[in-house]
Amino acid sequence: MHLHRDIVAGLLFVAIGALALLVARGYPVGTAMRMGPGYFPVVLGWLLIALGALVGLRAARRRDWQPVAWSCKPLAWISLAILLFGFLMPRIGLVSALVAMFPVAAAAGREFRLREVVVLTLVMSAFAGGVFVYGLRLPYRLFPF
Amino acid sequence: MELAGNLALGFAVAFSAENLAYCFGGVALGTLIGVLPGIGPLTTIGLLFPLTFYLPPLPSLIMLSGIYYGAQYGGAITSILLNLPGETASAVTCLDGYPMARQGRGGAALAVSALSSFLAGCIGTLLIALAGPPLGEWALAFGPAEYFSLMLMGLVGSAVLTQGDAVKGLAMVVVGLLIGLVGTDVNSGMARYAFDVPELVDGIGFTVIAVGLFAVAEIVTNLERREPQAVFTGPIVGLMPGARDLARSFFPALRGTGVGAFFGLLPGTGPALSSFAAYMLEKKLARDPARFGKGAIEGVAAPEAANNAAAQASFIPTLTLGIPGTAVMTLMLGAMVMQGVTPGPQVMTANPALFWGIVASMWIGNLMLLVLNLPLVGVWVRLLRVPYRWLFPCIVMFCAIGNYSVNNNSVDVYLCAAVGVLGYVFAKLECEPAPLLLGYVLGPLMEEHLRRAMLLSRGDPSVFFTRPISLAFMLATLLVLVIMLKGLRLGVERRA
Repeated sequence: MHLHRDIVAGLLFVAIGALALLVARGYPVGTAMRMGPGYFPVVLGWLLIALGALVGLRAARRRDWQPVAWSCKPLAWISLAILLFGFLMPRIGLVSALVAMFPVAAAAGREFRLREVVVLTLVMSAFAGGVFVYGLRLPYRLFPF
Repeated sequence: MELAGNLALGFAVAFSAENLAYCFGGVALGTLIGVLPGIGPLTTIGLLFPLTFYLPPLPSLIMLSGIYYGAQYGGAITSILLNLPGETASAVTCLDGYPMARQGRGGAALAVSALSSFLAGCIGTLLIALAGPPLGEWALAFGPAEYFSLMLMGLVGSAVLTQGDAVKGLAMVVVGLLIGLVGTDVNSGMARYAFDVPELVDGIGFTVIAVGLFAVAEIVTNLERREPQAVFTGPIVGLMPGARDLARSFFPALRGTGVGAFFGLLPGTGPALSSFAAYMLEKKLARDPARFGKGAIEGVAAPEAANNAAAQASFIPTLTLGIPGTAVMTLMLGAMVMQGVTPGPQVMTANPALFWGIVASMWIGNLMLLVLNLPLVGVWVRLLRVPYRWLFPCIVMFCAIGNYSVNNNSVDVYLCAAVGVLGYVFAKLECEPAPLLLGYVLGPLMEEHLRRAMLLSRGDPSVFFTRPISLAFMLATLLVLVIMLKGLRLGVERRA
């Protein structure tokens, strides 16, 4: 069954609101005069649930339901590339982390031309090393050694 | 005269060789990135502003306004030559700019776009210099109740008046407010929503949110579209517009400036609405409206002027009240806060060199655009032919390094990837990211003012309705909500 995207959006908002309330259980709410750290989060949580319900219920009356086409492949590769960089950067240095990151990021594209990716990786890694470490003088090492 | 003295101070500060160099660098970089297809001004600023962190506050903000103008102009280039608007505001420029380019008058369209932006920029700068101080003085009388109501108005306005669904916009504001809560509560010292992660105790960084929402999510959305349509590579002849073109564009640009300045002052409406309104106005006034859409130069001059005037005018609430009107201004505000500058009425009195320096540098950025970019149009056009499959890995690189370099911390990079996924999901569900960013920036301030107002009134919420200025903001908020609810009902009737 395909859900209208507004139903999905409404459910997502309700879920975020519920999560906010759940986590905020441990925060003292205080009084209206002396608000504790829990006051604002609780108000926002309920507000988000109400708005999410409104978005979802409004959409439930529509008939023009169209499936949302998710493109998981590019999303996965791009996220993976960023995570990989974050993991490798402090461990093996800027240029090495970029050399590892570029092919993963490029895999998100429609076509993957090996020679282009190799050239792009080498040129841009060297460029980034030059700009950030020599130009902006950020205290990063370039290579693991 | 005070106005002249203030502006003189600003220009004296901004005209140092160093600051001019940063302004120049910002304009060049902003245009360079902004002209790349599939990268709008928001993405450009989001990508480049980590570069300004390493500078002291004034040069950093000067460079940022250079980046802003460059990005804006880069967007105009892609709209006119490629029919590829980077943001809603420039969609209007496409209507007549692209037909002009197809007729071989792309150069003239680009020149007129820069010239009318410059005209609007001059008037806008003057407007800031005129309206800033009284507004700031007025705002000095604001107590916590007034600030809370003002922010509420700004948030509701941004949610309701942006394109797309108003209820979803409001929900996005609330999501942003919740994200803004992550970190240590200043009053009690309690860590909220930190899940025992030490990096989260300091809150989620502005770069993480801005880059994740506007750059990472944007790449994925672009990748799933087909390759951008064939690049229009016809020769650009006659860069300088003829006297006839100039004469025809002068008054439309002036009127566009007026329209833009008006909309820019209203929080939340911003450039998109104003460029559209300016275009419609010109079409109404034209002797022969049929020319519009087929390459009428007025159709380029008016919206481009309106766009820029609105952006300039929205600097006024951003700088004097600390309430940004548009997504771009939210980015600028976030950058100021990161620099330790809290925008608000006190900036003008506490740090006049900074305030007037920014005002002057905005004008210089605008001028730089004119002298730098017009001769270089040929170079920028060649950049349009860079295929996206080379570009996006480089954007990913800038996102990753930009986030890492803020705190030299991997957690920020991981969070950025997560925000990117969230941003993509929201984009697919047609939820606008701009209200979220505004909520995130204003959230902590809003909570603080709410708490203080309620403490002062001994827990009586009527304080927001008994103080006259606060009441006015509340009534305006209610008005916006009523308009929205009416729109909602009409929408239901249409569907039924």
